[in-house]
Amino acid sequence: MRSARIRSRIFKVAAGVSAVSPLFVLLFLAIVLINDAWPAFRFQGFSFYSGITWNMGNMYANNTIIHNGVQGSPGATFGILPFIVGTLASSLIAIIIAVPISLLSAFALVYKVPPSLVKWISPIVELLAGIPSVVYGLWGILVLAPAIANLIGPWLSHLGHFIPYLAGPVGSGFGLLTSGIVLAVMIIPIITATSRDLLMQVPHLPIEGARALGMTSFESVRHVAMPLARRGIIGAVILGWGRALGETMAVLMVSGNAMNYLPANLYSPISTMASTIASLLDSAMTDYTMLSIHALALIAVTLLLISMITNLFARLLVQVGRRDIGTEV
Amino acid sequence: MNPQMNSSISDVVLPSMEINSQRRRLKSIALWGVSMASLLLVVLIVFDILFSVVSRGVPGLNWSVFTTQTSGIAGGLQNAILGTLMLIVISMVISAPLGILGGIYIALFADSRLAALVRFLSEVLAGVPSIVIGYFGYMVLVLQFKMGFSALAGSLSLAIITLPYIVRTTDASFRQIPSQYFEGAIALGLTPLMALRTVLMRLALPGVLTGLLLALSIALGETAPLIFTAGWSNFNPNLQLVKNPVAYLTYVVWTYLNEPYKAAHQLAYTAALLLVIIVLILHVLVRMLQRSSTKQA
Repeated sequence: MRSARIRSRIFKVAAGVSAVSPLFVLLFLAIVLINDAWPAFRFQGFSFYSGITWNMGNMYANNTIIHNGVQGSPGATFGILPFIVGTLASSLIAIIIAVPISLLSAFALVYKVPPSLVKWISPIVELLAGIPSVVYGLWGILVLAPAIANLIGPWLSHLGHFIPYLAGPVGSGFGLLTSGIVLAVMIIPIITATSRDLLMQVPHLPIEGARALGMTSFESVRHVAMPLARRGIIGAVILGWGRALGETMAVLMVSGNAMNYLPANLYSPISTMASTIASLLDSAMTDYTMLSIHALALIAVTLLLISMITNLFARLLVQVGRRDIGTEV
Repeated sequence: MNPQMNSSISDVVLPSMEINSQRRRLKSIALWGVSMASLLLVVLIVFDILFSVVSRGVPGLNWSVFTTQTSGIAGGLQNAILGTLMLIVISMVISAPLGILGGIYIALFADSRLAALVRFLSEVLAGVPSIVIGYFGYMVLVLQFKMGFSALAGSLSLAIITLPYIVRTTDASFRQIPSQYFEGAIALGLTPLMALRTVLMRLALPGVLTGLLLALSIALGETAPLIFTAGWSNFNPNLQLVKNPVAYLTYVVWTYLNEPYKAAHQLAYTAALLLVIIVLILHVLVRMLQRSSTKQA
């Protein structure tokens, strides 16, 4: 019995140490990133966020320059505005496409589709969440990009006379719109599944009451059920947005990898912050002043901050949203 | 109900109520039609993704894929399949014990403030974009700790990514068990560890396993954290865990699509097909586990 107690004590200590491991990992991560990023911020200042030119400088030169006490290759300048715009624009397009489709799909799943069919359709939708991002990229290259270059793009560009940014040239199909649609498909399962779960928990009585008062069935869902689940749904949307902000591979494969250039229309090639880190790390390693590496670390810190804030906000809303439904019965 | 919501309903709905009901009924029917169409669209996209991968991947599927290693732009995928397996196994060996123990601790032993903190930090860690983990792995594991491109550096990066998911699912599945079970076992004189092994573990097991399978499928599909930590190798992995790059399936899909050769493209399609097949199998297993756990409850 004594040895059992000791074993139990040891187990508890081991479990306690494991429980704080995420804390240590995060701390380590933050320290390394901030430490790596700091010289780039000293070198470039806030023009890092407003400049549109990313130039690692002449790496073959033997006369390094020193700016604000930081050594860099001659001609080095780091502006990431195009990457920020690319990240925000592509994720915004993803949200604009994914939210209505996901919400309407969740409505249909909860209120219209017979349960025997839901049993099959729900897993199919959730399968989307498990597909590796390179497979999405593959689909984007093989199916979506040609469709946009030859079909959707030309059709949309006719609307360009009335709506800004929709006018051509449509280009190769690799760019902002394709990235946005691929991201939309990636976040649809997140928003659909969460909204469906929330709507299923909404009590029947308010909806039946609304029907009895003369609302049509869609009105009762739209104006009674959805407001009850509203905060949770907004949380799910932001969660999806966070996913879209940080997605790397799928975007890297279909974005067209533009540099030093702000998107001119919906079909322009872009780069996002995440895809830039992936595509430039190799060449940044050849910068012997290490400044390019520091600049990439600063992108990582920026991306980390943005996605952390959105994620936390979203989780909070989802939690509050669950509570809303629980208490307002 | 909060008063704010009541006012929002009357603001939004009442004006439209005055329009004749025939029009509203038609609108309702139309909007339900659009809803069903949206759902159909999503299902069609899933099938289109599966179809484009299967139709292009199947022609390249033969025994030599499993028995030969990649050479240049052609050959088989044996090295990538074994490499993926190796990376997943090592990463799970690291993250599964940490995650399960940590999840158990915050569900059963930790005081509520520490538990809330760990839950919060796990959410933060889960939200870190995977390329940022990749950068971290490259700078710290590959360069600083001198592991080089290796199975260990890749697996550690994957472990960081999967850890928060395992903590979260373990925590959730232990918290679902009514606290009387644990308290009763302790009251009967069992140590916490014995109570866990004899009473709680059996009840939480389906949930914990579901979490592990989800973590597995995340690790399987990741590319960004591996490019700069695992590297790539044309040869089968061996037991040298550091300074020895390994191959993995997602790399093939990503890189070989950019090659201008048919054979390289075929290899990429086949690798994608293998990935999708494994994901499908994991998905079905998760479903079965979830069904068995809800039956128990």
